[in-house]
Amino acid sequence: MSNPAEAKRALEARLQEFVGTETGPPTTGPDLVNEAMIRHWAEAMEDRNPIYTDAAAAKESVHGGIVAPPTMMQAWILGGMAMAQPPTGDEPRDEQNNLHAILTENGYPSVVATNCEQEYHRYLKPGDEVQATTVIESISDQKATALGTGYFINTRTEFSVDGEAVGWMKFRVLKFTPNEAPAAASDDGGGGPMSQAPRRLRPTLGHDNKWWWDGLEEGKFLIQKCSACGVQRHPPRPMCGECQSIEWGSVESTMKGAVHSYVVIHHPPVPGYDYPLVCALIDLDEGIRFVSNVIDCAPGDVHVGMKVEGRIEQVDDEMKLPLFRAVK
Amino acid sequence: MSATLSYDQVSVGDELPPLDIPLTTTLIVGTALASRDYTPVHHDKAVAQGQGMGDVFMNILTTNGFVGRYVTDWAGSDAIVKNVAIKLGAPNLPGDTMKMRGKVESKSDDTVVVSVVGKNNWGDHVTGTVKLALPR
Repeated sequence: MSNPAEAKRALEARLQEFVGTETGPPTTGPDLVNEAMIRHWAEAMEDRNPIYTDAAAAKESVHGGIVAPPTMMQAWILGGMAMAQPPTGDEPRDEQNNLHAILTENGYPSVVATNCEQEYHRYLKPGDEVQATTVIESISDQKATALGTGYFINTRTEFSVDGEAVGWMKFRVLKFTPNEAPAAASDDGGGGPMSQAPRRLRPTLGHDNKWWWDGLEEGKFLIQKCSACGVQRHPPRPMCGECQSIEWGSVESTMKGAVHSYVVIHHPPVPGYDYPLVCALIDLDEGIRFVSNVIDCAPGDVHVGMKVEGRIEQVDDEMKLPLFRAVK
Repeated sequence: MSATLSYDQVSVGDELPPLDIPLTTTLIVGTALASRDYTPVHHDKAVAQGQGMGDVFMNILTTNGFVGRYVTDWAGSDAIVKNVAIKLGAPNLPGDTMKMRGKVESKSDDTVVVSVVGKNNWGDHVTGTVKLALPR
């Protein structure tokens, strides 16, 4: 099929055939709900709720005996070691796997879970044999997301014990083409794009501004000053806006000033910054206006005209920045 | 564990005590296996890196488990969790910390709705709500 729009329509028609189908025969948990597996879960999660592990306390509780953590519901039907092994071909029919395979073949190889909702009609207790049936509820239109372009698949799983409904789970995954190829692991053993703490955005350094950042490294907040007319300017640039001279020097700022205006940023969060983040325009006493953060101050207490004083701070392992605090 | 909060003791706007979970490889692998999730990205660093991640990362059942634990740590052992709905964001990786915060959003008919956020260095790992039935 040479026409991409036609190919997309054909793919989407195939996908819609899965909507409303059960993924396969009901799954029965390989183990009855039992105290040992409950205890292993509670131990790993450091969950000290006595209704999971303390028979005497559990007897006195509203449950009248030990129960499983409600959020453990799905664990009772997972495949364990089989999840790490390649398929043998003997597995029961699984329409969810078939659906994922079609998307993989059509250029949507990656998968990420985005949402999960679980409802519990009752807590599971030792001796319960859990059964689960999953239906593919809906498949979205093609969506462009921050991760890449693909399709959201919504499933709903009903959990039961001896025919009694005990809970359900709605699960949403995105099956997608990543926006970029995954970054190769680095050779330092740490590897990967998310192996170290995030840092603030870096400035682009060039001939016209590197001297200013070098000043910060030496603990100095410098202000560019025209050698011809004496007017001060910021951010650094090659020519005076008043007299067009390209001769300049610098003076050191006292970093005292007042808030001219500000915003409090809540969303979207960018890694490397703490939120809510106060971004302020600060009028320094020397006469220039500077963009920075006001820190150690509740966002609601920041106000226009507030007196502030700056200090050069180490904001991550290699960058220094002037940050401002209210003058008490 | 403290005594269970009664429905009347809880007010809309109440904040839950903060809980910080230090994320270690041991925690991520141990919780994945305790939840019967043997998917290799949750215990095998080479496989996780092959998928573009920096390291092994926390599985969803564990995120659900911590959200449930966080709310019942606060509400007490006789609180009954009715519903947990979560949205996943930045993955939980070793070396980071998940900072959990929560707040009572609404209450009616013996049930309270608590919003929960778990943040790490990369942003919100999890945002969601838990519905809890509390005794009178």
